[in-house]
Amino acid sequence: MSAQPAKNIAIELREIRKTFGQQEVLQGINLKVKEGKTTVIVGGSGQGKSVIIKHMLGLIRPDSGEIQVYGQNILTMSNKEKSEVRMNFGVLFQGGALFDSLTVYDNIALPLRERTKLKEEQIRYRVESKLEMLDMPGVGSKYPAQLSGGMKKRVGLARALMLDPKVLFLDEPTTGLDVKRSKEIYRLFASIQAKLSFTAVIVSHDAPKIFKLADYIALIADGKIQGCLTPEAFQLSDNSYIKNFVQETMGDIYRG
Amino acid sequence: MVTALGAWTIKQLNDLGRVGRFLLRCLFQIIVPPYKLWPMVQQIHFIGAASVFVILFTGTFTGMVLGLQGYYSLRQFGSEGALGAAVGLSLVRELGPVLTALMVTGRAGSAICAEVGIMRNTEQIDALTCMAINPYKFLFAPKFLAAIICFPLLTSLFDVTGIVGGYVIGVKLLGVNAGAYLEGMYKSVVWEDVYMGMIKSLCFAVIMVWICASKGYYLHLNKAGFGAEGVSRATTQAVVLSSVSILVCDYFITAILL
Repeated sequence: MSAQPAKNIAIELREIRKTFGQQEVLQGINLKVKEGKTTVIVGGSGQGKSVIIKHMLGLIRPDSGEIQVYGQNILTMSNKEKSEVRMNFGVLFQGGALFDSLTVYDNIALPLRERTKLKEEQIRYRVESKLEMLDMPGVGSKYPAQLSGGMKKRVGLARALMLDPKVLFLDEPTTGLDVKRSKEIYRLFASIQAKLSFTAVIVSHDAPKIFKLADYIALIADGKIQGCLTPEAFQLSDNSYIKNFVQETMGDIYRG
Repeated sequence: MVTALGAWTIKQLNDLGRVGRFLLRCLFQIIVPPYKLWPMVQQIHFIGAASVFVILFTGTFTGMVLGLQGYYSLRQFGSEGALGAAVGLSLVRELGPVLTALMVTGRAGSAICAEVGIMRNTEQIDALTCMAINPYKFLFAPKFLAAIICFPLLTSLFDVTGIVGGYVIGVKLLGVNAGAYLEGMYKSVVWEDVYMGMIKSLCFAVIMVWICASKGYYLHLNKAGFGAEGVSRATTQAVVLSSVSILVCDYFITAILL
């Protein structure tokens, strides 16, 4: 029997191990995502950051370990129960993962049409208000292929927010965007979270800028979480991996 | 050596189980509500309506060549009058369902596999799952339904145009008696033959969508896996495997029903 998790933990990973082919990508991941806070997972490319998110979403099964979402083990759930848990999730995928056969409007309306019994007028109202909230009025009739990278991410974000998720996952929200656009995404994220106060898990290698959004930063290296700390504590950590990471991304702050 | 053989066998059995479960889930999702009409209509347009021209074209020429070959073969025995029966039977029983299935596989099956594969590649299927939308219901149930509706209709179209093509060549060009052509066909093609053709085309519909959709859906499990090459390889495999399965299945259905 596992101990009851503390009330304010949204998602907890315990000793997650996962091997792809010959390579053990995750070698015992332990991570707690606190409710209402933003946890940022950083680390080098190919270290398994996205794999961690996919485990939390239940898209990948670990070889061993336990995943708890609001105290429930999702590995022992039926598909139906998993679907219900996922109703609380909003996900922005790396490439946006917009359905390219649907217009932007239909993309954003899809979760409402499929998962709720709202009337078409109510859907229209909610989609348009989300588009406005994300500074994109009037793009509804375009197709994803006609949008720029930054726009796609914003549309993806709008779709992720459509069902008012309790937990929002962002997989590399700024990869492939220029500095100005990525700042825009960050600003947008901060303002939405202030309004909606959801739990957020962000995977990014855009350190140190991402630190501004974070309540907690977790570094993954060598298949393990090297520490999940507040930004201040992270920058002062004694862990050699974290020290190296901070020096690489922020410059040498230890030597005057 | 033995270990490798064992591992290979287990992998094949695993794959078989996976695609089997895929089919069952899809068929289950067809049965359970809610039913949505519009996605199915779109798929009917894509699989069915857009294939009509190809089917008319191939149907006509298949009938014409049957007329030509049949006439010269039958003339050796002095029984040109049986041309109608020969053309009608071979089209309704065999060539109609099989060639229709092969043509539609080439046209729509490859597109289904590539579309689903790219959706897998660009995380669109993961996105569906995360939005708690069942991909079997959302993506595959309409395709199965559309194929099940379209294949028999397209097959009928193929049969009719083929018979007309045979008539044009046999009667108008080579001078077989028109009455003999039609009468022979009327007498020898019975309802059982038509049923057999329709049952075949229903089976082929399921096989085509099953193989093409599952090849795309399980793209990420392939070793060559992701990227443009992964999609192109999966599409090729899907079309080849569907075509072969259709022909193999054709033999067994014929053997059972005859």
